[in-house]
Amino acid sequence: MKERILQLTGIQAFLAPWISVIKGEEVQKNVQALLKSYIYPLLSILLFIGIWHAGATYLFNKEATAKIEKARTERGEAGALEMQNCIISGDVSCQPNTLPSPAKVWDAYLSLLADHKIISAKKDAFDLKVAKTNEKRIAKGQDPITYTGRPSFVDQIKTSLKTVFAGFLLAAFIAIPIGIVIGLSTTLRTSFNWLIQILKPVSPVVWLLLVFMIVKTVMSDSDMDKSFMISFISVGLCSMWATLVNTSMGVSTVDKDFVNVAKVLKLSIGQNIFKVVLPSSLPMIFTGLRITLSVAWMVLIAIELLAQSPGLGSFVWEEFQNGASDSNAKIIVAMFVIGMIGFMLDRIMMVVQKMMSFNK
Amino acid sequence: MSVIAKDILQPEIIEDTRPDMLVCKDIAKIYPTPKGDYTVLSDLQLTIKKGEFISIIGHSGCGKSTLLTMIAGLNDISKGAVYVDGNEVRGAGPDRAVVFQSPSLFPWMTALQNVMIGVKQVFPHATKKQKQDICKYYLDKVGLGNDFNKRASELSQGMQQRVGIARGFALKPKVLLLDEPFGMLDSLTRGELQDVLLEVWQKEQITAIMVTHDVDESIFLADRVIMMTSGPYAKIGDELRIPFERPRNRVDILEHPDYYQYRGYLMDFLNH
Repeated sequence: MKERILQLTGIQAFLAPWISVIKGEEVQKNVQALLKSYIYPLLSILLFIGIWHAGATYLFNKEATAKIEKARTERGEAGALEMQNCIISGDVSCQPNTLPSPAKVWDAYLSLLADHKIISAKKDAFDLKVAKTNEKRIAKGQDPITYTGRPSFVDQIKTSLKTVFAGFLLAAFIAIPIGIVIGLSTTLRTSFNWLIQILKPVSPVVWLLLVFMIVKTVMSDSDMDKSFMISFISVGLCSMWATLVNTSMGVSTVDKDFVNVAKVLKLSIGQNIFKVVLPSSLPMIFTGLRITLSVAWMVLIAIELLAQSPGLGSFVWEEFQNGASDSNAKIIVAMFVIGMIGFMLDRIMMVVQKMMSFNK
Repeated sequence: MSVIAKDILQPEIIEDTRPDMLVCKDIAKIYPTPKGDYTVLSDLQLTIKKGEFISIIGHSGCGKSTLLTMIAGLNDISKGAVYVDGNEVRGAGPDRAVVFQSPSLFPWMTALQNVMIGVKQVFPHATKKQKQDICKYYLDKVGLGNDFNKRASELSQGMQQRVGIARGFALKPKVLLLDEPFGMLDSLTRGELQDVLLEVWQKEQITAIMVTHDVDESIFLADRVIMMTSGPYAKIGDELRIPFERPRNRVDILEHPDYYQYRGYLMDFLNH
């Protein structure tokens, strides 16, 4: 089992050349494999950082020149000189506001981590302080006191993951059953096809507004977390289409031979669905779910940003509004974190998808 | 070698006293096309006795598989009717088990489960142990005694088709329909599977119809070879009794003095 997981995730293939080189087997071939699978990708990343650095420096200089010129027209030569010195000194108050360089982004990353440590220390201290009170409150049947301070970057990531997971589950619970029902009947498929084709390309923003309209009315007197509800339902609705289409496709294109076998064996409708149709369309369904999860993660940021619900999206938005000297760098940190988490989620789904396909 | 005329090859008419198991009466298959109806089969008559093994040969596209799927109930009958054991056939059912050209096993199930799903349908009241025993008996007979719990997707094509044969027999059908079951296999595996099929059939004596385009296969397996004319309007052109003793053995059949005369007769039909 462990070996199978290693193989499916690609970790085995990833490590194999190292192991061989260390063991001294076919050194030349494996060194080439290493070059191909590690050195070249690393080089491409370095190249990317290099271009980024050059571009950021160029933009920085351009913005700095513009600032100095502006100071010159406003306050004359002395003002320009003062501005120039200020920029060179690295003073936060007069730094040009533009694309941050890789080094600044790294600094911002470290400061976010440090910030997280401080906040979680505060939180622990708070929890310790209120532990006794909370016990009493719970005994009385009251809600415990929770920490309501500013969430750290890591907390925001957790919230986002929670939202995307809830949205993904919602999408799966809606799309798979409907997909199966639609897939089983040509009549239903043709009658719903237009609707699906029209709704599929609708932008996440519009879904959000639609969900907002409904949730606002439905939950007018509920004390549930409205912004969380809105964002996860919108994520689910945006992302479910791939699963819906793939499920109905998978169900409707069950191998003709399987259909014939089911007919000869006179399987009942239930047996037919659970023993034949579903297993044979599982690979397609999981391909759909993989797309759904990646779409869910992609639209999540935009939706959180608009729905004002906590998470990476609102983090990005707040930093953008904030305009502090390292805000831009933090936005880029968020960008990479979003990208890497998306990559990881996709990898996980890929493993699940491979486990589900039987044509190995 | 010149082809011997049939009245010399099979002069006597032998009356088969066994009861009729399958009767195809005036059946036709017509596909409507934009340019008018296309008749694949027309006015086809066929009677098969209980316990008989017949093979149907003909050129590709002559409608022999269509005939088989119509008997199986997987394909609508345009005209006429098919009777099994005196009752008219409506739709597919396990009394007419089919071994398909592609093994058609469910790849997510084990060999045993693939047979079991059919056995459960046919023997709903048997105990779990009895059902298991039936499945294992047939899987063992087709040579999968050690691979009950292997997934179908892990088995080779030949092994999968063995499971397909086991599933067919395990249903205890009135008629076993074989739709070019060995067409996708290499010639060595095909030979092995013909032996397996014949061995199990010898024990069960189930009425069997096999569609094939392999002349040697049809002679080796069948009591009677039905020759179909080429379509459209295909019908039964001729038939030939193969009176070799059973149980049959490949080497004995190939060395039989009459073998090449039968073969020549069939080849002659197919080439004209």
